[in-house]
Amino acid sequence: MEFVADINIMPMKEILDPQGKAVKLGLHNLGIDQVSDVRIGKHITLRLEATDAVEAESKVKTACEKLLANLIMEEFSFEVRIA
Amino acid sequence: MKFGVVVFPGSNCDDDTVFALQHNLGQEVIKLWHKDHDLQGCDFVILPGGFSYGDYLRSGAISRFSPIMNEVIQHAKRGGYVMGICNGFQIVCEAHLLPGVLLRNIEQKFICRNIHLKAQTNQSLLTAGLDQERAYRVPIAHAEGRYFTDADTLKKLNDQEQVLFRYCDAQGNVSEAANPNGSLENIAGICNESRNVFGLMPHPERAADEALGNTDGKLILEQVLNVLV
Amino acid sequence: MAPTEVTDGNVLPTVETARKLGVLPEEFEKIKEILGRDPNFTELSIFSVMWSEHCSYKNSIVWLKTLPRDSDRMLAKAGEENAGLVDIGDGLACSFKIESHNHPSALEPYQGAATGVGGINRDIFTMGARPIAQLNSLRFGNPNLPKTKWLVKGVVKGIGDYGNAFGIPTVGGEVFFDECYNTNPLVNAFSAGIVEVDKVAKATSYGVGNPVFIVGSATGKDGIHGATFASEDISDKSNEKLPAVQVGDPFMEKLLLEATLEIIATGHVIGIQDMGAAGIICSTSEMSAKGEHGMIIDLDKVPTRQANMHGWEILLSESQERMLVVVEKGKEDIINAIFDKWDLHCAQIGEVVAPGPHDTGRLHFYQHGQLIADVPAHDLVLGGGAPQYHREYREPAYYQQFKQFDSNQVPDVAADELTAVAKHLLSHPNIASKKWVYEQYDSMVGTANRSTNRPSDAALVRIRDAKHPNYKKGIAMTVDCNSRYVNADPFVGAQIAVSEAARNLTCTGAEPLAVTNNLNFGNPYVPEVYWQFVQAVKGMGAACLKFATPVTGGNVSFYNQSSDDGPVFPTPTIGMIGLVENPEHQMTLDFKAEGDLIYLVGPPQNDIASSEYLYSYRGVKQSPAPAFNLDEEYTLHQSIKQLIAQGVIASAHDVSDGGLFVALAESAMPRGLGFSISTDDNFRTDAYLFGEAQSRVLVSVKPEQQGTFQQLLGAELKTEHALLGTVTAEGFVVNGQTVLSTADAKDLYDNSLGRLMA
Repeated sequence: MEFVADINIMPMKEILDPQGKAVKLGLHNLGIDQVSDVRIGKHITLRLEATDAVEAESKVKTACEKLLANLIMEEFSFEVRIA
Repeated sequence: MKFGVVVFPGSNCDDDTVFALQHNLGQEVIKLWHKDHDLQGCDFVILPGGFSYGDYLRSGAISRFSPIMNEVIQHAKRGGYVMGICNGFQIVCEAHLLPGVLLRNIEQKFICRNIHLKAQTNQSLLTAGLDQERAYRVPIAHAEGRYFTDADTLKKLNDQEQVLFRYCDAQGNVSEAANPNGSLENIAGICNESRNVFGLMPHPERAADEALGNTDGKLILEQVLNVLV
Repeated sequence: MAPTEVTDGNVLPTVETARKLGVLPEEFEKIKEILGRDPNFTELSIFSVMWSEHCSYKNSIVWLKTLPRDSDRMLAKAGEENAGLVDIGDGLACSFKIESHNHPSALEPYQGAATGVGGINRDIFTMGARPIAQLNSLRFGNPNLPKTKWLVKGVVKGIGDYGNAFGIPTVGGEVFFDECYNTNPLVNAFSAGIVEVDKVAKATSYGVGNPVFIVGSATGKDGIHGATFASEDISDKSNEKLPAVQVGDPFMEKLLLEATLEIIATGHVIGIQDMGAAGIICSTSEMSAKGEHGMIIDLDKVPTRQANMHGWEILLSESQERMLVVVEKGKEDIINAIFDKWDLHCAQIGEVVAPGPHDTGRLHFYQHGQLIADVPAHDLVLGGGAPQYHREYREPAYYQQFKQFDSNQVPDVAADELTAVAKHLLSHPNIASKKWVYEQYDSMVGTANRSTNRPSDAALVRIRDAKHPNYKKGIAMTVDCNSRYVNADPFVGAQIAVSEAARNLTCTGAEPLAVTNNLNFGNPYVPEVYWQFVQAVKGMGAACLKFATPVTGGNVSFYNQSSDDGPVFPTPTIGMIGLVENPEHQMTLDFKAEGDLIYLVGPPQNDIASSEYLYSYRGVKQSPAPAFNLDEEYTLHQSIKQLIAQGVIASAHDVSDGGLFVALAESAMPRGLGFSISTDDNFRTDAYLFGEAQSRVLVSVKPEQQGTFQQLLGAELKTEHALLGTVTAEGFVVNGQTVLSTADAKDLYDNSLGRLMA
């Protein structure tokens, strides 16, 4: 069965996100100063074969832990659905 | 002629550009702070290299909304001269003063080295006096310099001789091997349709001083003076 | 706020808690004595970081003090300021320093290296100096291992992304690979800046009532106990122990640079210090101890990135891109306006107070209206109350074993083997061009790098001052250390490191001025490791004395060892600067034209010890340091200076890694030239071509200068030299045999490292 995984990888909350900080400043300079926090991460979509959702989730989790996310600095979340 | 060099908080080639214009070319030049709302009578505005706002999100994306950029855009629309070098080129593209975009280098790495350039047209202020057979040696230093645009725009750029420079080898051959960053058709610099806005990835100001052993960049910068003075 | 009872709300820590914080039982007793009571957890944490190796140099300072530290050009001696300061004349001074970020880079190479670059540059610009150039010295494990490639790519990208955005050129450095660095890579970053002598800012604090500001990034839980962590062995469990990685923000650093130089220029700054290891506690205590005043600090006023931070977390946080500034009372608005202009956060967190009757100044830290720590500044810092230890040392067994090496057991290279050896060396990652690395660094921003188009042994940077556009002087700089030599013989190896640095400067046409050192060693509690340290410091001292290049400061990094691999090679990296008074005396390393004569200046030796050839081609890992004599080395430099000053040579390149053959190749390749030389039958061919005996320089001479050259070197300077052959249009020819074509050699040399990393 083919599955699609939508993965979000974000810098850990306790870690400085210089990019988010600079973009927040840019938004304030544009006059959108209601923005109180910006954090910027990555969105990754991947397709994979698996016998069931449980296996698919386990594969995606491994992919995140081993390669896609840097666990020292980033956290990830994902949703898996049937393609 | 009065030059203005825009200083964004993360500009880092602003002083180099000012120094080249002032001391190597003997021109009057002032710095324009990004929070200012006035070009102070500058005839020729240069957006220098650097990392304007840290270049987070996309290079040039945030700086394009600086107060000074409104003035720069108005100046360009009035026919005033604007030149973006490296990060400045990225900013003028983000501000839609020039078509296209500068993508991440094909090898996904920052590249700093001397490359060679060939002028493509004599129909522009910046290239009119350059030798189109000569390979000019000028440095590049960027991570996002791969020029890209859609097929229609590319055709227009070529048809209207808006391509100012292409990357070439030391012998002047424009080839894939001489393309340092994967730019479309080796494009290193372009101008707009009205031919008053220029953008180039290489840094002529870094090759404008005999003390550094290369003055090919000075030959390019001097073109601006030959026509206007 | 009147000082009340000191409590941070925690139960008083025991000697066991102290041990967990890395505080020895006898140190715990000393803390009680200093305070006259039991410390609370916050106070104990303060002592633990301030007395860690990283901040106090407690295991190294007694030996560091033996290094030569003075010359007429020294404006700040080692340890007095954030970085060394050397007078270069005309009212200008050069501030420079090297610092390691080894342990952070081992865990997260990109951020580890990036924040290392950030830290060293802050040390320079907090002195009021605008950085003009950076170097770095990197050591990695076996380059074929995937982990090494990950580390190399991360470190190089980290250095590049940070330095490139910050806008200071990276003009040189070194990269070295050996299995001993598999677990513990070394990342040493160097920066140099220029300041007007009368505008130098100090790391001090005085003047009762003067406000204390924190500037830059908000404080988060970054690198808490990082200073302590840096002093512990790395094991596989470190990933779990590390609470957070420090993330660098070069954009913030650039803003801090500009704003800092602007506030210093106002003349209203009393003192300023970067927050590096041990954050707020380190800068408040060091500045207060220096100025012999106290401070009252309200931690509630420190802008934080996270809610509900403990007092000790705020005090110890190593969040990057922050500084502590003490300014004249009444000038707050001027300072605030400058930080506003640069969109920087700036908060007054306290004020300077008078010293008490029994101390030279105490630090009072409040949180939520409660006095949570009250400590005397002087007792926290190096040179004050911080402990200093004499560690036990013992000569390791391997040292004598290495000396047993007998080159007669190694076959000499046969004529038909020359091409294989040449290819091996030119493509070896320790010798091949580091182009793949340095092209990722902006080496030209600042339009000051004179070596871009004129390659030389050391990088030469002009001082491009807007006030003096035609200023001629330049600063040459280099980082050097062949750690294989140091491992073989730490005393001789460290002398060679200093000598090679001085030789590189001399071959560039510069007068060596001063040294900064980065001493990377294993665990100092291992007597054999400490012996390496002691021997290396002694060797370094002797050589620095000889070349009149005092050590202005630097950094000690211990614990570069792991349970699996043992200690790294002892690696005392030498950063050295030199002055070029007249840029016309810049010397380059490339052969200029076909027909020029090639000479070896300095004596050839029948020596292959510790050469890359012996180590990696012959596979002989145990041999002593290469032949070296400090007096001969010194004399050679004086001769080279004369040759350059009198304009009789066309190029000069020192013979180092890979020996004479590699030096010849490196001189021939830049202009696509070749060479034809003969070896000398009095020496083994391998020793002649690939041996790494020191004190030799390869020069080329225009045929019309031959007479003057020989007269000067022979009759006047009495320096041993030999005519090797001539520069040719193409091909590397030895004894009439073509070893390699120039194009093949260039391809191997230029592209091997890139292919390895692909």
